[in-house]
Amino acid sequence: MAQIYDFIYNLFPYLGAWLHGLLQGLGLPEWAITLIIGLIQAFLLANFGLIGFAVLTYVERKIIARFQDRLGPNLAGPYGVLQPVADGIKLLTKEDTMPAGADRWVYNLAPLIIAVCAMAPLVVIPFGPGVIGVDLNIGVLYALAVGAGALVGVLMAGWGSNNKYALLGAFRAVAQLISYEIPSVLSVAVVVMVAGTMSTVGIVQAQDVPFLFVLPLAALVFLMSGVAEVGRTPFDLLEAESEIVAGFHIEYSGMKFALVFLGEFVHALVVSALFAVLFLGGWRGPWLPPYLWTLIKTGLGIFLFFWLRATLPRIRIDQMLNLNWKFLTPLMILNLIGVALVDKGLRAAGASEGLWAAGMFAFNMAMLIGALALPGYLGRRARMAAMAPAAEGAEELAAAEAAAAH
Amino acid sequence: MLSAYAMVGLFLLMSIVLLGATLILWWLLRPKKPNPLKLETYECGVQTVGDAWVQFRAQYYIFALIFVLFDVEAVFLFPWAVAYRQLGLYAVIEMALFLFLLLGGLLYAWRKGALEWV
Repeated sequence: MAQIYDFIYNLFPYLGAWLHGLLQGLGLPEWAITLIIGLIQAFLLANFGLIGFAVLTYVERKIIARFQDRLGPNLAGPYGVLQPVADGIKLLTKEDTMPAGADRWVYNLAPLIIAVCAMAPLVVIPFGPGVIGVDLNIGVLYALAVGAGALVGVLMAGWGSNNKYALLGAFRAVAQLISYEIPSVLSVAVVVMVAGTMSTVGIVQAQDVPFLFVLPLAALVFLMSGVAEVGRTPFDLLEAESEIVAGFHIEYSGMKFALVFLGEFVHALVVSALFAVLFLGGWRGPWLPPYLWTLIKTGLGIFLFFWLRATLPRIRIDQMLNLNWKFLTPLMILNLIGVALVDKGLRAAGASEGLWAAGMFAFNMAMLIGALALPGYLGRRARMAAMAPAAEGAEELAAAEAAAAH
Repeated sequence: MLSAYAMVGLFLLMSIVLLGATLILWWLLRPKKPNPLKLETYECGVQTVGDAWVQFRAQYYIFALIFVLFDVEAVFLFPWAVAYRQLGLYAVIEMALFLFLLLGGLLYAWRKGALEWV
């Protein structure tokens, strides 16, 4: 029993060791074994992204349907679980329509770039101790940098389509994605500072207390900017159906459309996985095997994304930019400095690990509450100021009416 | 270290191959009956007037410029953040000064109205 549990717990290391032994038994040289195992790892990881995409399209439709008191897809297979397969077959048999005025190469390459850039960060997501594509020493930076590469694809799609809606969508996308890159990078910098390493494995190992409880403000900002970077509601104005029809991917059909969507869903998957790694303690947890913990924590993030989509309306572009440049960016810069100083202070005072975490939590929460109260206060003052002349006008009107009645 | 990046390359190659395979499968399966009407640029049912490749708002440039500023800052920030444990209070205060300079720049852009979406 204990043996079976141990086998399930360490499934991937055992499989790797078994495969290594098998290949050695075949008398292959070491470099060939490394190459074959690397290929298998890459294949499994890529399929994690592809299958994750298929599952997520189904799960999202089901969950959103439940939020809206509907059933969702329920015809293809039991409970509609074969819906992604049906969608896939449909998209595979759709005609390719490329607008006559499009820039051929740019237009056709864009979906592939979006999809590959969204998949690329998967290679540094750890699923357990030793279960990772590759433990780069700049893992987090790599994930952020390559993930942002999808932006190039989005701009190519919008520009190459030679469609006005697509161009508008691409401009909005670029303005939004580059803007929210900044708070996201700053919140990751806070985590890197506290963990002392950029390796994703190192960051997970540093989390004896999950960073969600040490750095709640950074966690919140990372999640918000993550939603914005993925371009999901309430930040989905880059593909607002009611204004610019579908934004940058309006002219795509069939598999190219599927690749654009794959990019979006896999990006959401990657952002939640990064959130799990950076703030929820990655694979660490009791009883269950590490890879299950990673999946559960990633699923939590994804569910939050769906929940937001079901709850919040879309915001305007000026609101979106104001939120980022006038609120999140200054807030995160101040938070970074504050966390650095408080951390140095607590360490210098010789605080124990628990006391240190509590101190950091208290500082972050104080900053969070202050930061939330300030715009609320300013907004109320602005609204009062806007209402005051109107109130005066109403009094004058009433006075004039009274005078007329006499 | 080089083998680590070889793994990254292998993974990128694998995703390109898998995604490219779906595109090729699609190319084999899809119907090919183009006609001029189908290939028109989509614009809610009306004929498109002119190109989409026109001049656009300068505001996008301004946001891109501020972004570049902060992105370069991130390049300085990450090595500092990794070494932060070994650094003394002096280095922390230095970084704080640097960040305050940036914040000052942001405030300047704000006061100048560069952050307004007019």
